[in-house]
Amino acid sequence: MPLLENGGLVADPWVAVAPDAPIPDAPAIIGHDRALAEAEALAGRNTPLGVTLPNDVPPETLLPILDRLSLVVLDLPKFRDGRAFTQARTLRERHGFRGEIRAAGHVIPDQYAALLRCGVTTVAVPEGTDPTVWDAARRVVSIAYQPRLDPTAPLAGLRRRLELA
Amino acid sequence: MNAVTPVGAPRHPEHARLYRYDAIDRAFLQERIAEFRGQVQRRIDGALTEDEFKPLRLMNGLYLQLHAYMLRVAIPYGLLSSTQMRQLGMIARRWDRGFGHFTTRQNIQFNWTKLEDVCAMLEALADVDMHAIQTSGNCIRNVTTDEYAGAACDEVVDPRIYAEILRQWSTLHPEFTWLPRKFKIAVTGSPQDRVAAQVHDIGVLAKRDAGGAVGFEVWVGGGLGRTPLLGTKIRDWVPEADFLRFMEAVLRVYNALGQRENIYRARIKILVRDMGAEFAGAVEREFAAIPRDPYALDPAIVAAIAAHFAAPPFAALADEPATYVRARRENAEFAAWTRNALRPHRAPGYASVTISLKPIGGIPGDASADQMEALADLAERYSFGEIRVTHSQNLVLAHVRQEDLFTLWQALGPLGLATPNIGLVSDIIACPGMDYCALATARSIPVAQRISERFARLDRQLEIGELNLNISGCINACGHHHVGHIGILGVDKRGEEVYQITLGGNQGNDASIGELIGPAFSYDAVVDAVETLLRTYVDRRDPGERFVDTYRRLGAVPFREALYAPA
Repeated sequence: MPLLENGGLVADPWVAVAPDAPIPDAPAIIGHDRALAEAEALAGRNTPLGVTLPNDVPPETLLPILDRLSLVVLDLPKFRDGRAFTQARTLRERHGFRGEIRAAGHVIPDQYAALLRCGVTTVAVPEGTDPTVWDAARRVVSIAYQPRLDPTAPLAGLRRRLELA
Repeated sequence: MNAVTPVGAPRHPEHARLYRYDAIDRAFLQERIAEFRGQVQRRIDGALTEDEFKPLRLMNGLYLQLHAYMLRVAIPYGLLSSTQMRQLGMIARRWDRGFGHFTTRQNIQFNWTKLEDVCAMLEALADVDMHAIQTSGNCIRNVTTDEYAGAACDEVVDPRIYAEILRQWSTLHPEFTWLPRKFKIAVTGSPQDRVAAQVHDIGVLAKRDAGGAVGFEVWVGGGLGRTPLLGTKIRDWVPEADFLRFMEAVLRVYNALGQRENIYRARIKILVRDMGAEFAGAVEREFAAIPRDPYALDPAIVAAIAAHFAAPPFAALADEPATYVRARRENAEFAAWTRNALRPHRAPGYASVTISLKPIGGIPGDASADQMEALADLAERYSFGEIRVTHSQNLVLAHVRQEDLFTLWQALGPLGLATPNIGLVSDIIACPGMDYCALATARSIPVAQRISERFARLDRQLEIGELNLNISGCINACGHHHVGHIGILGVDKRGEEVYQITLGGNQGNDASIGELIGPAFSYDAVVDAVETLLRTYVDRRDPGERFVDTYRRLGAVPFREALYAPA
């Protein structure tokens, strides 16, 4: 599945691993429950590890392994289901997660800008996706009224310009 | 970073006290329209499915009704300049059928909108700093407040300041645009709750501590619809600096935990009810975990927004000027109108005037383009160019000199805007019902019209006294029937419209949900039933009691007996 980052398509080095399959020595995405169950064994691993976080599980459950993770995949089963937005922001803002946050499932271009502002970095998009539509969607509204995500820049006004990568 | 293109600034009347857009606010609206235009094009191209397009158009105020699209325009906290009102009149004339419909959320709806006109209508709105953003959809909706803000004698804090802060904060909030369900916030700054705070997703009561500092009492989880519930107070005092942080905490708990499977269980009221005291605990934990400084409301921002709402230049006047006293004495009709249309004003010599959009036999909340334009002129002449929309679907000129009241009243009469029925039985709240709405199961407008006609005589209305009669055409309760002293709910019973009656509902500080009195009445019988209820009340009331007070004292039995006694 193509991957979108900074408004363009990029190669996806990650491999999704089935629940009962061995974890390869390559950037691997495993399920949330398995990651917690095998935390001890995974602690010694030297290749990047990613986890899928179901949308009804609070990000806090990842705390025991969060510093081992390079990627958290958030699930939008339906595009109208906005729980991933809160999960992303919590991971970034409260838990200081610096790795990749990927939105997967049913996401539409009109959600891209808001996802980015909540801390999502990549979106798993369907085959045949035209990235220019997504790039345009993230640029069309350049002004935001909310506090910035960056904690080093405190709210100077309710309103600010968005700066895109 | 995109450059901001300066947009022509609309002229607000010099003294109008409303939030004044600057170049950034205007650029934002232009960008938002460009975004919507792109979405419409992608829908036409097939890149967006109807399922995907629907929430996008809803968040731009475009709703599909029974016969046509409806465009619901945001009137932030119900406050309009005369320039804006004139433009609404122009839009009604050019793209609707010469009418607009003011709603219980202090907004206006155009019920006959064509899809191909929508972008032009949005442009025309943007020309006067207006929009239709978040007037529908599962997002934070237009914040409502007290229609007498800045004028009411009992006001402790100006609620417009915090309503505007909430408006900005909630506009395209990146985290809270895909909530489980719609989300409605009301703010009041008076101890007397005039905003129905307890039947909102969040009700905010702004108040002051002993030292004069502003803080907020927060109620959560009230709402009407098919499961009417009153809100729960979860905080007695949120300091001003923590206002947005606390709002974020409530919204975040809701977004994470609110039900999404069943639309009828998705409002925050269900979450609050099911979690009980644990809900407040979850909010407090979330609040404590949100970093304080980045979310602190800067006093400089509050002061800058407060400056938009500074008092207009009131003249030094005295109450009860001789001309006003004489006009009341010499003109009984005028005197009757002043009894219900006026509220005391904090500035001596002024009054707040409520203008009825409930002519006898009319459609509650409707105003014609001619009326809107005339009202814009009158607002400029008599009330500093400001107009407010009330959640009872009327309009307010907040700052009128008492010495001008008689001439204002004379001007309102020929416009059909001097009906002396504010707060009386014919001042009915009604949803559009089956005449417009695709969800409705029964008509509400004709029921309101027939009740209004039955009690047309002013002496009868005055004899009955203060009464809230609210009508909804389906269980979603847009007509707020649950909080009417008398509530009427139209439902479909095997293909026939029948009307259930609830009694004892109330909004305000002693809010209550009305109780179903008994079996439903037919469309033909429901007006007689209302008459029977009111006769019973007049016979049984103690001096000074409103209908709802008598109902609370006596209970349902005498009313039920009167309604269902064998003839």
